[in-house]
Amino acid sequence: MTESGKPILYSYFRSSCSWRVRIALALKSIDYETVPINLIKDGGQQFSEEFQALNPMQQVPALKIDGITIGQSLAIIEYLEETRPTPRLLPQDPKRRAQVRMISDVIASGIQPLQNLSVLKQVGQENQLTWAQKVMRSGFNALEQILRSTAGKYCVGDEVSMADLCLVPQVANAERFKVDLTPYPTISRINKTLLALEPFQVSHPCRQPDTPPELRA
Amino acid sequence: MQQVPALKIDGITIGQSLAIIEYLEETRPTPRLLPQDPKRRAQVRMISDVIASGIQPLQNLSVLKQVGQENQLTWAQKVMRSGFNALEQILRSTAGKYCVGDEVSMADLCLVPQVANAERFKVDLTPYPTISRINKTLLALEPFQVSHPCRQPDTPPELRA
Repeated sequence: MTESGKPILYSYFRSSCSWRVRIALALKSIDYETVPINLIKDGGQQFSEEFQALNPMQQVPALKIDGITIGQSLAIIEYLEETRPTPRLLPQDPKRRAQVRMISDVIASGIQPLQNLSVLKQVGQENQLTWAQKVMRSGFNALEQILRSTAGKYCVGDEVSMADLCLVPQVANAERFKVDLTPYPTISRINKTLLALEPFQVSHPCRQPDTPPELRA
Repeated sequence: MQQVPALKIDGITIGQSLAIIEYLEETRPTPRLLPQDPKRRAQVRMISDVIASGIQPLQNLSVLKQVGQENQLTWAQKVMRSGFNALEQILRSTAGKYCVGDEVSMADLCLVPQVANAERFKVDLTPYPTISRINKTLLALEPFQVSHPCRQPDTPPELRA
């Protein structure tokens, strides 16, 4: 924590995983400080010794809170849920909770890691777009199908949950890689509904301390 | 998702291994797979996610198909070494007898299968003494043995224990 006692979020404006945590913090009205970690500058600031000591995965997000540092966006969100339980990000019913976690994992394990920066570096610049699009189309096909049976206003029923925190940043990634969203009407509808909510706006990549001027809202 | 595992239980079908495990934990709470303390729970989930999001998806079947047969071994080894480097460092501050303290948790359930993957891809485990030690301790426990790939209904005869 800072001297003011505020949690510190290590974040990159464009990192979809960081955005998930930013939404959670906004939804729960948790005041925090951002330490921007630029994933591209200086060969990637996440590789600095200083940051590695803080988060051995050398990734963002990491949250320093209550005397500990947590990596992995969903682990962070579940911690926030358990220690700052209102408003809830997971339903009360275990079956609905399972659906929320399943959808979150489809995105956080099944899609995003396959199109993150380090994987894209490895597939090579000429293959990146095709690879990322393939990964996202495949994942969105599955997600669209799941959502058709779980969704109400949002991913699971009519309350915003951890699944929604994962969805919006992933759709933004898809748009950045020019994935056509026409085959995914449920995903598109839910995404649009969520983007109208304040916590999804204040946390948006275009409104962060490290957003480059040309991308600022 | 066209993937395994999927568990059909209590009238629903759940995909994604960690979502399944958390459901089992919430509905069949003993013995526990997540500690009581929220900070320790966060460590368990973090370690589980490092493996389930950070390592395994990058070396699963569909990704390996896409990198192409001639690149598969190198790719898988690179992914696992990179992930195990980070994991070893995390475990040095969280581990007791097991991944987090001295109770078996969801993190341990993720560790053993991932180490088995690493061995299958001939990743040298010498740089990861904490991972190796914990893995060895866990493999001595009955639940890790009965669930082993070599003892399943669909284990091919030549791989059967």
